[in-house]
Amino acid sequence: MSGRISPAAIRLASVLAGLVAWEIYGRAIHTVIFAYPSTIGRALIELTRTGELPFYLRGSLVVLALGLGLAIVIGIPVGILMARRATVEYALEPYINALYSTPTVALIPLIVLWAGFQVKAKVILVFLFCVFPILINTYQGVKNTDARLLEVARSFCAGEWSMWRDLMVPSAAPYILAGIRLGIGRGLVGMVVAEFYTAITGLGYMIVQYANNFRTDRLFVPIVVLMILGVGLTSLLRRIERSVAPWLHVAQHE
Amino acid sequence: MSQDKGAGERVATVPRGIGAGSPRIVVDRVSKSFRLGSVALQECSLEVTPNEVLCIIGPSGCGKTTLLRIIDGLTRPDSGRVLVDGVEITRPRRDLAMVFQHFGLFPWKTVSDNVAYGLRVQGRPDQEIHTTVAQCVELVGLRGFERHYPYQLSGGMQQRVGLARAFAVNPSVLLMDEPFGSLDAQTREVMQEELLRLWRIRRTTLVFVTHSIDEAIILGDRVALMTHRPGHIKDVLDVGIPRPRDPETVRGGDRYASLRRYIWNQLRPEVAGTVGAP
Repeated sequence: MSGRISPAAIRLASVLAGLVAWEIYGRAIHTVIFAYPSTIGRALIELTRTGELPFYLRGSLVVLALGLGLAIVIGIPVGILMARRATVEYALEPYINALYSTPTVALIPLIVLWAGFQVKAKVILVFLFCVFPILINTYQGVKNTDARLLEVARSFCAGEWSMWRDLMVPSAAPYILAGIRLGIGRGLVGMVVAEFYTAITGLGYMIVQYANNFRTDRLFVPIVVLMILGVGLTSLLRRIERSVAPWLHVAQHE
Repeated sequence: MSQDKGAGERVATVPRGIGAGSPRIVVDRVSKSFRLGSVALQECSLEVTPNEVLCIIGPSGCGKTTLLRIIDGLTRPDSGRVLVDGVEITRPRRDLAMVFQHFGLFPWKTVSDNVAYGLRVQGRPDQEIHTTVAQCVELVGLRGFERHYPYQLSGGMQQRVGLARAFAVNPSVLLMDEPFGSLDAQTREVMQEELLRLWRIRRTTLVFVTHSIDEAIILGDRVALMTHRPGHIKDVLDVGIPRPRDPETVRGGDRYASLRRYIWNQLRPEVAGTVGAP
């Protein structure tokens, strides 16, 4: 049309330029310290073929899925409950504020003491990393429920369960999904941290092991996988967010 | 329960054509004030006979909506009480349904699911919900739009959904709070005709709040005039225009003109009071 370059084209060009520059200057640096895209790509294929990457990736994903799942299953109902019942809100607030403000990493030794080094401890850590954005966003979303619709529900004699199902959850859905998206970002951090500081497994193990062996090309493989995981899951959630409440976007366009 | 006498003072005679007997709704000396001490309603009394259309008209801020919310059980009065079929209203009841000015549709539900809402909440069997929803969607002329979402519909169509949702629970009392107030003038007239048609088919007791004199005369068997600060019922008039009514014919008649003039003369000082003009 007006010859303007599309944002997607600019992004693509920028990434390609970055990769090319990396490739050129990467070759000039010693392989122990740095790796460049083509060697990383080769290492990725190698590690996939030997089954090493799929094996450790699976271990990491199980921890992430369990921790995140637990955070969703607990965070959403507690968030709704806090928004609906002032007593629950005031009772839980101090704990949530305290735990959310504490750097979760500081709790690792305690969690290891309680839950050991294995999957249980890792899942608890991931859970702690990602439950608060989900819980707090759910709470905010329910608090923002249209007061007029609440009145409609009351007028039709809706019970508490129907309030949740027909009103609170759908109305808070965009908030809840945004919370899950933030939770995933933090959950990935929690996952890697857990793999570093408890029993060394998963992608975290690969990072530690290849750093110790100075296999920088292989060291970059789990990092790239983590990056792809983060970008992929987050943009998937963004896409769901956009499709879950089309009426919001209509209002914005008008 | 001999409320009939207590509420008698400001209430006009039972309109012609409607059987005497016990009133469906008794509003008995209801008062309500809000925080900050402003009085919204003072000693409001009204009676509504079964299958009557009562329009409540008054300047904005006179407490019409508050009165309607008290009848629906959404708000408790400070004193006085509301009886429906002889039972005091303390909270919302299933046999009363409300239509809201803001439509109050759930944006995440389709037309069908919105219409089904009241029935779902009441836990009716799926088969019954299915049949009733189909009937009501047909009734308000929305067939073919069952799968649409509210944001895909015009304002008038959205309020048709609101009407269908209220009719679906087959209420003995319908409460409408300026349901056409946010529609443009043409749509509004179409919807008034629609409501007259619906009411002919599905007769119920209807309390209709409006600030349009025209709307009150077109729709009502009686018109209650409200004053504000504090809000109370100033007068109740018999419209006395035979049904079925055609709005255009009604508007051309003498009765319409004299009623309109009378109501306007009653309301003018009130409206002028709000604006601050003499």
